[in-house]
Amino acid sequence: MNIVVCVKYVPDATADRHFESDSTVDREGVDGLLSELDEYPVEQALRIKEQQDDEVQVTVLTVGPDDASDAIRKALQMGADKGVHVSDEAIAGSDSIGTSLVLAEAIKKLEHDLVMCGMASTDGSMGVLPAMLAERLGLPALTLASEVEYDAGRVRIRRDGDTATQTVEGTTPVLVSVTDQSGEARYPSFKGIMAAKKKPVETWTLSDIGVSEDQVGLSTAWSQVMATEPRPPRTQGEVVADEDGSGATKLADFLASRKFI
Amino acid sequence: MREVLVLVDHVDGAVSKPTTELLTIARRLGEPAAVFIGSAEDADDTALKTLKTFGAEKIYTVEDADFRQFLVAPKAEVLAQLVQQVSPVAVLVASGAEGKEIAGRLAIKTGSGLITDAVDVQGDGDSAVTTQSVFAGSYTVRAKVTTGTSIITVKPNAATPEQAEGAGAQQAVQVEISEGAKGARITASEPRRSSGRPDLSEAAIVVAGGRGTGGKFESIEEFADALGGAVGASRAVVDAGWYPHSYQIGQTGKTVSPQLYIAAGISGAIQHRAGMQTSKTIVAINKDEEAPLFELVDFGVVGDLHSVLPAATEEVNKRKG
Ligand SMILES: Cc1cc2nc3c(=O)[nH]c(=O)nc-3n(C[C@H](O)[C@H](O)[C@H](O)COP(=O)(O)OP(=O)(O)OC[C@H]3O[C@@H](n4cnc5c(N)ncnc54)[C@H](O)[C@@H]3O)c2cc1C
Repeated sequence: MNIVVCVKYVPDATADRHFESDSTVDREGVDGLLSELDEYPVEQALRIKEQQDDEVQVTVLTVGPDDASDAIRKALQMGADKGVHVSDEAIAGSDSIGTSLVLAEAIKKLEHDLVMCGMASTDGSMGVLPAMLAERLGLPALTLASEVEYDAGRVRIRRDGDTATQTVEGTTPVLVSVTDQSGEARYPSFKGIMAAKKKPVETWTLSDIGVSEDQVGLSTAWSQVMATEPRPPRTQGEVVADEDGSGATKLADFLASRKFI
Repeated sequence: MREVLVLVDHVDGAVSKPTTELLTIARRLGEPAAVFIGSAEDADDTALKTLKTFGAEKIYTVEDADFRQFLVAPKAEVLAQLVQQVSPVAVLVASGAEGKEIAGRLAIKTGSGLITDAVDVQGDGDSAVTTQSVFAGSYTVRAKVTTGTSIITVKPNAATPEQAEGAGAQQAVQVEISEGAKGARITASEPRRSSGRPDLSEAAIVVAGGRGTGGKFESIEEFADALGGAVGASRAVVDAGWYPHSYQIGQTGKTVSPQLYIAAGISGAIQHRAGMQTSKTIVAINKDEEAPLFELVDFGVVGDLHSVLPAATEEVNKRKG
């Protein structure tokens, strides 16, 4: 069985993020890492691999600049078998429409029974990529799984929605996206770190996957950013110390002054 | 005037407040046309009247008996077929998990650009200009779709619902759902127990508790009830199993933008801020005066929430009289 896990290399969320003059995100000055939310699908893929008697091959796929290979390396250290890195200057500035095209065409070149994704990226955070990818691949999508079970070509997930908790089932080939509730991701062991050095990583360009330059990139995005503006920082209001229980009264005074009571 | 399709969000026919917000926004862009996917019983007089009251000129009803048990994909097919038929200026969908998935699939199906999580949408000539709040609320972005139909998911509270009687002409639509869209079958569904409090994403007031509660959420709930607000939680609380995940606020939970946000025992990590930073008024109660959340507050109390909250609840109840 073959599992392809899509992962993203993102700027560290705890660092300051800002826009470049062309309204793309500045990814240069900020350290990057494997999106924390993409550690969860890697973890689920590895758990499936461990549970199966048959051979399971876990491939991590990423689209991004040269540095994005760091994200692949981290997944290989965790235990994935091989990596594919699609890297091409023309891809820079692509929106989710362009990125989903590149991922879909790359996945078509890989054997895949299961395609796994995180719930959203920690930077753009649109959360629409799994759905777009499923649509492009013509696959059913079991999305936002907080629990994943695999058994002989059948996948069953638990999905905690706003109004109900659902059980959703599908058969391979299928796409599964998992949430941060699905189970703690493992840390790479020393052995894993050493083993990762010998694992194969292929680098593909757009022409390797049959996508032309005019299908991706900033200039062909289907939506356009007209303006970006830093939000004025909030100015801190009054902060009082709760001495002899005065805090509650002052809080009530404040709420009353703003007409919340 | 060209139509603006609004996907109606409803539970067994009860139309959600965000849907009335979408209809209000649709009027700025063209002629609102509601798309109601559900059973014939769901599309009852009350539901149709609500849509009409908030401006629906047309109401497309789609019987979903054949595809109700499948996740998301069929709904995207319904919308894609309608987009083909009526060439709308825009399609508006509420920004929940399901809404975003439907919109993502629809964008690919129709070759259209997609903008998610708009906090405002305005008409500008022939196009819809959206405002989004990004990077944990630290930037505001204005954008528009340039290819195909504008597909936009809109956050709750992006507009104040305004009544404006529409014609509400009802039209039943027949759709063909492909076998391919029937690959994700819902085999069990357990409705969530209602807390009786306002819905978190739509509430005007939210009282949220963090690790500092030590798991004792009664004082959070009681304060929320005194103010008529919803209850929320930080991820630390959810991870500890003290409160369900559906109440989590932040990057991997809900994004809320209420009139008043009160955080008790929450430090204010960037991932938490991402879900509440655009609240109008922010109040924090924390025993650590260095807690980063204090940087954002309009009012703060440095103190122990276990004494401040019960006293404040009493004070609020007393003043309400
Ligand atoms: C990928 C990713 C996604 C994440 N998504 C989210 C998310 O969606 N939402 C979210 O909330 N977090 C999220 N987090 C976690 C986030 O980084 C923080 O760990 C979390 O928000 C901390 O929760 P907290 O503020 O309740 O706990 P803490 O940071 O432990 O803060 C507890 C606070 O309570 C105060 N306190 C303690 N006792 C009392 C008392 N008696 N009275 C008053 N104050 C008291 C303390 O001074 C402290 O400030 C995410 C993290 C990652 C890596």
